[in-house]
Amino acid sequence: MALDKNQIAKRIALELKDGDYVNLGIGIPTLVANYIPQGIHVILHSENGMLGMGPFPTKENVDPDLINAGKQTITSLPGSSFFDSATSFAMIRGGHIDITVLGAFEVSEKGDMASWKVPGKIVKGMGGAMDLVASAKNIIVAMQHANKGQSKLLKKCSLPLTGINCVKRIVTDLAVIDITEHGFKLMERAPGITVDQIVAATEANLIIEGDIPEINI
Amino acid sequence: MNKVYKNALEAIEGITDNQTIMFGGFGLCGIPENTISELVKSKIKGLVCISNNCGVDDFGLGLLLKTKQIRKMIASYVGENGEFERQFLSGELEVELVPQGTLAERIRAAGAGIPAFYVPAGYGTEIGIGKESRNFNGKMHLMENALEADFAIIKAWKGDTHGNLIYKNTALNFNSLMAMAGKITIAEVEEIVPAGELDPNYIHTPGIFVQRIFQGVNYEKRIEKLTLSAS
Repeated sequence: MALDKNQIAKRIALELKDGDYVNLGIGIPTLVANYIPQGIHVILHSENGMLGMGPFPTKENVDPDLINAGKQTITSLPGSSFFDSATSFAMIRGGHIDITVLGAFEVSEKGDMASWKVPGKIVKGMGGAMDLVASAKNIIVAMQHANKGQSKLLKKCSLPLTGINCVKRIVTDLAVIDITEHGFKLMERAPGITVDQIVAATEANLIIEGDIPEINI
Repeated sequence: MNKVYKNALEAIEGITDNQTIMFGGFGLCGIPENTISELVKSKIKGLVCISNNCGVDDFGLGLLLKTKQIRKMIASYVGENGEFERQFLSGELEVELVPQGTLAERIRAAGAGIPAFYVPAGYGTEIGIGKESRNFNGKMHLMENALEADFAIIKAWKGDTHGNLIYKNTALNFNSLMAMAGKITIAEVEEIVPAGELDPNYIHTPGIFVQRIFQGVNYEKRIEKLTLSAS
């Protein structure tokens, strides 16, 4: 069976190592925070200027001066810090953030990604996504494998790019796929989903070596 | 030396049509509410505004959009604003979208006297079209120019009569950077105290960057996306 959004998030959470500084984008990536494995302590970065982001507040604890990059009300944790936007992006550009998880419309076999603009539709802006993908050391994309039957894993992106040659790993509802110098490499498959099904759902070529294990979540 | 102004009306003295103005804030967090309201009343128009976002339909910079006082917007993210979309699509409003970290650094650079710098963000995308690019250590970068303004209008939590400022939580965001980049910086604060009362060890913005300061009134601090924990 294909993974649901929460299961995609749960699988990505297994990528986190103790002590990692992590930036989670909007959508499925935000859910990753709910599945951080026991014994793993990570620090969440919010690019509007915070390290140590905590859970959403209770009604009593709402503070209009404390929001995340998605403009949602949030809380701080013991050990949190606040800083200006240039310092925040110095953390990103300077390679200090260990893992970045974000969504995408399309990813190419070269690791290019498109996530910010659909021509002919409303353009909202890229926010911090271009800075993140240009500089983060380890970029994981969380997305559906296909959109209305169209593969989102492509030989070449068709939409305006957010960044080039940047994605390291993709976790979809069907599979875990790495971007290698030779293209997409199938690493894991969703429980009950066959390799043939994944190949059929993917426009680009897939490198398949040996037995492909099921995603263990 | 007197930097202290009575209110927003006094503080905006000298702002005229067609100037470039920076506004601090991220979303509706840490925006200069009092000064924005006063600019709406002033009917000053043709403004080029630099701010990470452009408010919502009926609050923040959205108020200056509604009255068509903004000619051009330089921002990183402008979603969640219907009037913005309408003016953008009809061609009434000029828009320059800038990656958020590049926007922050362009503002910081202006304040720090750095005319241009190189960043990797946007290389290989449409953001890089027409920009000088260069390889450093095997990675391609784009040259970006500093971004300064006739006025920077910012919001802080506490300030003193010398213009030293302290911000609260994530309301810091772009405010301290813009303070450096305005030819004239106007800071509105929730509380103004005599010089000497703020601990010099905890100042975010040294007073040298602030030319005008006033204590604002009636802060609404509207929340754009109230999100509560399930429990």
